[in-house]
Amino acid sequence: MAGRRGRPARDAGATRLPSASHVPAAGSGSMDGLLATKEIVVACGPGGVGKTTTAAAAAVMAAVRHGSKVLVLTVDPAKRLADALGLDGIGNTEHRVPDEAFRAAGVKPRGQLWAAMLDTKESWDALIRHHAPDEQTRGEILANPLYQNISGRFIQSHDYIAMERLYEIHSESDYDLIVVDTPPTRNALDFLDAPQRMADFFSSRLLRWLIVPYRSRLVNVATKPFYQIADRILGTEFLADISEFFILFQSMYDGFVERSESVGRLLSDRRTTFVVVSTLEAVPLREAEFFAEQLTARRLHLGAIVLNKVLPDYLRGAGGASVAESMKERAGDLAAQLSPTLAKVDPVLGDTDQIARVLTEVADSYLNFQVVALREMEERSSLSVVPDVLATVPFFETDIFDLAGLVRLGEQIWD
Amino acid sequence: MTALLDLKLVFVTGKGGVGKTTVASAMALLATLQGKRVLICEVDAKGDVAGFYEAPPTVFKEREVLPGLFAMTMDTEASLREYLKLQLRIPVVGRIGPLAKAFDFVATAAPGVREILTVGKLCYEVRERNYDLVVVDAPASGHIVGQLAAPQAINNLVKVGLIRTQTDWMLDILSDPTLTGLVAVCTPEEMPVTETIELADRVRKETTVKLSAVVVNRVLPELFGRQEEEVFDVLGSAEALGRLNELVGADAGPVLDAARLAVTMRRTRSTHLDRLRLSIGGATPMLYLPYLFTRSHGLRTTRQVAASLGEELGY
Repeated sequence: MAGRRGRPARDAGATRLPSASHVPAAGSGSMDGLLATKEIVVACGPGGVGKTTTAAAAAVMAAVRHGSKVLVLTVDPAKRLADALGLDGIGNTEHRVPDEAFRAAGVKPRGQLWAAMLDTKESWDALIRHHAPDEQTRGEILANPLYQNISGRFIQSHDYIAMERLYEIHSESDYDLIVVDTPPTRNALDFLDAPQRMADFFSSRLLRWLIVPYRSRLVNVATKPFYQIADRILGTEFLADISEFFILFQSMYDGFVERSESVGRLLSDRRTTFVVVSTLEAVPLREAEFFAEQLTARRLHLGAIVLNKVLPDYLRGAGGASVAESMKERAGDLAAQLSPTLAKVDPVLGDTDQIARVLTEVADSYLNFQVVALREMEERSSLSVVPDVLATVPFFETDIFDLAGLVRLGEQIWD
Repeated sequence: MTALLDLKLVFVTGKGGVGKTTVASAMALLATLQGKRVLICEVDAKGDVAGFYEAPPTVFKEREVLPGLFAMTMDTEASLREYLKLQLRIPVVGRIGPLAKAFDFVATAAPGVREILTVGKLCYEVRERNYDLVVVDAPASGHIVGQLAAPQAINNLVKVGLIRTQTDWMLDILSDPTLTGLVAVCTPEEMPVTETIELADRVRKETTVKLSAVVVNRVLPELFGRQEEEVFDVLGSAEALGRLNELVGADAGPVLDAARLAVTMRRTRSTHLDRLRLSIGGATPMLYLPYLFTRSHGLRTTRQVAASLGEELGY
């Protein structure tokens, strides 16, 4: 997988849209076109909206419909979804989803689907191995307690490493399309800023400040107050630990900074697009909207918004509401008239009180869900950002945990 | 075991999208309605808490949003400033720009340093008895353990210095189950349940804080008893539905479909709920909040959730 083969010639069989200079009207594009023209799709959005599943479904569909070699890079899939993609216990290594799995799901892929899971710790270690100048430095860094803190627990490091891994795979392998899921972040924008922050971190003057006194034991007049306070708060020993860590890291600064900048460039490249996933609930939707606006403000490509778990259309009909109202009002009367029909199946089902209760429950349930369904539509129509592709995925009655489910979901996004 | 609202410091966490802020806001409101003086602190500064009380945006300086209910947003730089002044008696005049930057730096390298300011500020409010209850809209379940374990982590990393002397009293407050508790919010869905089970395990192993309750949010109502469900199934048959359509003079199909959707949703969710109960139900109280069929979010919804929570807690 790791050979540097450069970009392969595009496969002949895939559906291709006209060149990117063609700008379609808002909402007129298709996911099919988007996935056929881009090389990287970054799925992002608030937590709990089905981001991972959506990313997987998009990748599955691209492999099924296009003759492409597709990789889905997921972050934290549900166990059953990981199983469906054959990711159980595989982690960082890319792994091909066998054609038999597709056959079992009733589809025949034209392309190939590969999957990998992001293991933050493992990816950091790989990065250190890549950048470390020599064996000894490498060993010392990997063993440093502060490094272990950064790679394992430092939240922002997940954001950075996801983008770093994406860059690595994109530049070193021959996938036509990489769909990447993003880690749950405190703020949906964190991972966009991660490469820059990482570059700032390693090129900062403050870093050199911290290191100087422990190398030269010389503190000048300007920086002295800073060290006095830092010493008092953190203790000299801890500061020394930190310095040692950064001295070890110093040999890798340039590599890190350069790499972070390349990762940043890749994200803003035309070959990369962002798909914002949300539900139509108020809080996640506002967050998704904010994110979409930020993408545009940063001149990143907002390819699509996918709205998940949308309640079915039949809940919004005016006719349904009046039927439900009348079922409630006339429950007793309707029950009496329906009783003979039900009693034919089983005499105990003919009990009119019981039928009336069921009719009332059913009607109430409809009216309840209608309130939510109407609110959802209201939210949708108030969306301030409308990308080329606005896909709505209905609520699925059962969880999606296999390839067949992903195909079912994918078809909804696609068409 | 200390009743939930009789604790002094409650962290509310949960996977993104499960209603963590809703539950935290409702819990704070419920305690206020019980006559307590309450502070709600938002750590994941998204500014949602204000919306739940229909109040102006919250800032670091706490503000009374409803009688007896104060709200604030955590800000580590402001917290650092306060900390230096109150705890370490280092007066910081004006902006602490360079120091804050340096601090940012150290905090990035050594996780725990930033978290300690958050935890420190909250523990401080408890120690000074400024409030009867401090409710924390804490980071999502993926990040909460790091936060709660921060004083311990600092204790291990920093051997001397003023910070070191600060962690002991914080640990005393956090480790006391009559003072501090953690509430995990989840919905009866696959990932939230899985994450809650993992969280319970990590909290036990990596922190000194007690998981006081699991709140299961958005529980769908049970529509039918067993025989009623049979009635419902037969109602959906061609003959019965045809008759019903005739009687109401319109297509009743969508109305039945909606009920079927509700029944299936509930059934799928109850398998996840069973898994949760089996895994932690014995050791930790579980509280159930109903799915709300409401038009919008706001104070009215917060009051509804507070009322349901009150019922579950036996008020």
